[in-house]
Amino acid sequence: MAAPSYTLTIPSSTRFLEDVREFVSMHAEEAGFSDQIVEQLKMAVDEACTNVIEHAYQGQSEQPIEIAITIHSDKLTIRIRDKGRQFDQKAYREPDLVEYAKTRKSGGFGVHIMRKLMDEVAWRTSGGYNECRMIKYRT
Amino acid sequence: MSNFSVGFRSQGSIQILDLHGELDAHTAAELEAAIQKCQKDNRFHILVNGANLMYISSAGLGVFMAYIEEVREGGGDIKIAALQPKVYNVFDLLGFPMLFDILEDEAAAVSKFDVSAN
Repeated sequence: MAAPSYTLTIPSSTRFLEDVREFVSMHAEEAGFSDQIVEQLKMAVDEACTNVIEHAYQGQSEQPIEIAITIHSDKLTIRIRDKGRQFDQKAYREPDLVEYAKTRKSGGFGVHIMRKLMDEVAWRTSGGYNECRMIKYRT
Repeated sequence: MSNFSVGFRSQGSIQILDLHGELDAHTAAELEAAIQKCQKDNRFHILVNGANLMYISSAGLGVFMAYIEEVREGGGDIKIAALQPKVYNVFDLLGFPMLFDILEDEAAAVSKFDVSAN
């Protein structure tokens, strides 16, 4: 039997982040994940979508973001697709909190959080879209 | 419709900000505006009460990062109190307890300010 999969497409505006969190929360709860893991999944997807809005689409608010959740017996996978600018993994640097405070920098924690909260996070670009794929295993 | 709001209360020279709802990339501007208002009013002893804060993403944390130095340079501080455990976990994840006073409750945060609150 195919693993159940659910998809939500939103315009690239932060107004819809609340809907994204609700979508993730509903399906992760249905899949039997604990409240703590549900919070982690919500946050990881929120951060991924925020990055797409701010960096891939650079604030354009009407571009598509597709969020797909697939529930497997041993894990939950989340795939986030956009058609904006590609995330440059090589240019990414881990945030330094003290340095950020000194320089009044307010952003740049998203990828760090996604990696801390999820078991696997990977990006690829093919077929005209960028894809971020995140996996959380059942413990 | 925003699902986030900031309430303003004063206790002596301490400005208390009561956060309600969910703080994300959409609503972070409201917290930023609240902190800017404190600065404009020369109120640099800022106590953030998170008892009714249900969610925070890195965009919300970023507001604290962006203003903490300015507020300290103004002779004050931003202290954070009464966070729900799930929200505290996010602050902790990024190492915020290293840079900020995060207290169990409002009274503990008030007593941490080096001022007379009455």
